[in-house]
Amino acid sequence: GQSGLGKSTMVNTLFKSKVSRKATQPGREERIPKTVQLQSVTHVIEEKGVKMKLTVTDTPGFGDQINNENCWDPIIKYINEQYERYLREEILITRKRKIPDTRVHGCVYFVPPTGHWLRPLDLEFMRRLSKIVNVVPVIAKADTLTLEERAEFKQRIQRDLKAHAISVYPQEDFDEDPDDRALNDRIREENPVHRGGGGKGNGKRVLGRKTKWGIIEVENPMHCEFPMLRDLLIRSHLQDLKDITHNVHYESYRVRRLNES
Amino acid sequence: QFSDSAGYVGFANLPNQVHRKSVKKGFEFTLMVVGESGLGKSTLINSLFLTDLYPERYIPGAAEKIERTVQIEASTVEIEERGVKLRLTVVDTPGYGDAINSQDCFKTIIQYIDNQFERYLHDESGLNRRHIIDNRVHCCFYFISPFGHGLKPLDVEFMKALHGKVNIVPVIAKADTLTLKERERLKRRVLDEISEHGIRIYQLPDADSDEDEEFKEQTRVLKASDIPFAVIGSNQLIEVKGKKIRGRLYPWGVVEVENPEHNDFLKLRTMLVTELHDLSEHFQLLKSRIGSAFYHERKDLKLRRMQEMIAQMQAQMRMKPGDD
Repeated sequence: GQSGLGKSTMVNTLFKSKVSRKATQPGREERIPKTVQLQSVTHVIEEKGVKMKLTVTDTPGFGDQINNENCWDPIIKYINEQYERYLREEILITRKRKIPDTRVHGCVYFVPPTGHWLRPLDLEFMRRLSKIVNVVPVIAKADTLTLEERAEFKQRIQRDLKAHAISVYPQEDFDEDPDDRALNDRIREENPVHRGGGGKGNGKRVLGRKTKWGIIEVENPMHCEFPMLRDLLIRSHLQDLKDITHNVHYESYRVRRLNES
Repeated sequence: QFSDSAGYVGFANLPNQVHRKSVKKGFEFTLMVVGESGLGKSTLINSLFLTDLYPERYIPGAAEKIERTVQIEASTVEIEERGVKLRLTVVDTPGYGDAINSQDCFKTIIQYIDNQFERYLHDESGLNRRHIIDNRVHCCFYFISPFGHGLKPLDVEFMKALHGKVNIVPVIAKADTLTLKERERLKRRVLDEISEHGIRIYQLPDADSDEDEEFKEQTRVLKASDIPFAVIGSNQLIEVKGKKIRGRLYPWGVVEVENPEHNDFLKLRTMLVTELHDLSEHFQLLKSRIGSAFYHERKDLKLRRMQEMIAQMQAQMRMKPGDD
């Protein structure tokens, strides 16, 4: 997503630690780079004895130029490079016991809260990327939309996605278990999901944003859908994201490559 | 008031006469509004002028936007307040900044502005000058997104291309997405970038020493306050403490459009209104600053072109064979 939509803040809030690229380079004034760059930061985080190696890849410069044609190319290239890496390991006769997995399991795309429709850039990006990676669209900085405006905006976005046959995560065709389906339907209805930024609250410590007209609580589902996004990405569907990446997206890549050679 | 005391001629009454005539004639003002889709431009304009300029608004979807180039849409409305008439034209620029490649998106806008000036110049040098309609763009509100870290490359390029042709008033839109600290940081950042790129934005001129105190104080306050103004607009009335006010209702509270603690809407409106209703230097200044600069530039250009033509003709005459 474009610069300033709160991507780094969201990632830090999601993992409750400073894992974004900006967090690892504090104090630097943000300047928009002239070309799209991809920068990855890897951390090992731990919770209740469970360790996770988390890699967050940022794309500064995306959508920020006057001419944004093909600004998605470096991103597509990066994702395919990770599939290629995995493929090379996989076709070795003596494979490593555990193939190092640098593939992108989820791509969160930040849509600015215009309240209107998806912009041409949003459509083009999601159309291309949803074919090769799990895309989770998110309405950024949703605290500028009233509940009514949010609902309308979401509906329009969903209609837009459907009209252009763009399949975002969770996708419709991959439901296996009927129980899973019920869960996915609810989530799909709420998709895209909103979020607000992170900060400090009042007497009772809440994660939120303090304004003259009230305090916006990030983890309050009445205020913003951040908890749902977190649940989706981490608590319930983390493994699902990995499975679909491996069984669907990586497989398509593999089949394409093997047919080429 | 006529006085019959010796030495009083009565022309001291002239300002009143001028005032009466102007009030009768009414004022014209053309405001151009530029910014990406979804920054609340229409809502803000409607809030500023307490009117509904866009009753049957249609917001195009992304697929249509891909096909479109920048359009110029002018809507005129006659507003009256306390007997003073204002013919307000708002020039919208839908499509600006929407395309994936926005490289040429302000060519149309520049052309439009130039055309209005040409037309006025032409009318002014015509035979029937009584009913010239002044459609020149007097002021351009440029909407800056509150979601970025400052100006975007497109913002910079637009303002650099247009600051010599129109009074640019940068406005930070949808200000309710920013905390106070974030707002101040953004304003500082925007001002830094504006000066870094040598962009000339509209500066409120100082009040004259002979203006009344209230006006001077108002001007002082406006100048001291941080531009660009960070504003919120709303067409909805919300009940707050028994009163119906314009605002936005969120689960966590109500943002009030006309509350100076919430945003700079009142300051923006005061600034605009001061320019419009006063038969003061400010009004003339706003209209004539670009007018005279452009006019002289164009006149110079015309003059230069004529001179070039004459020079060419002379050169040709000198070159004609067999004339010596």
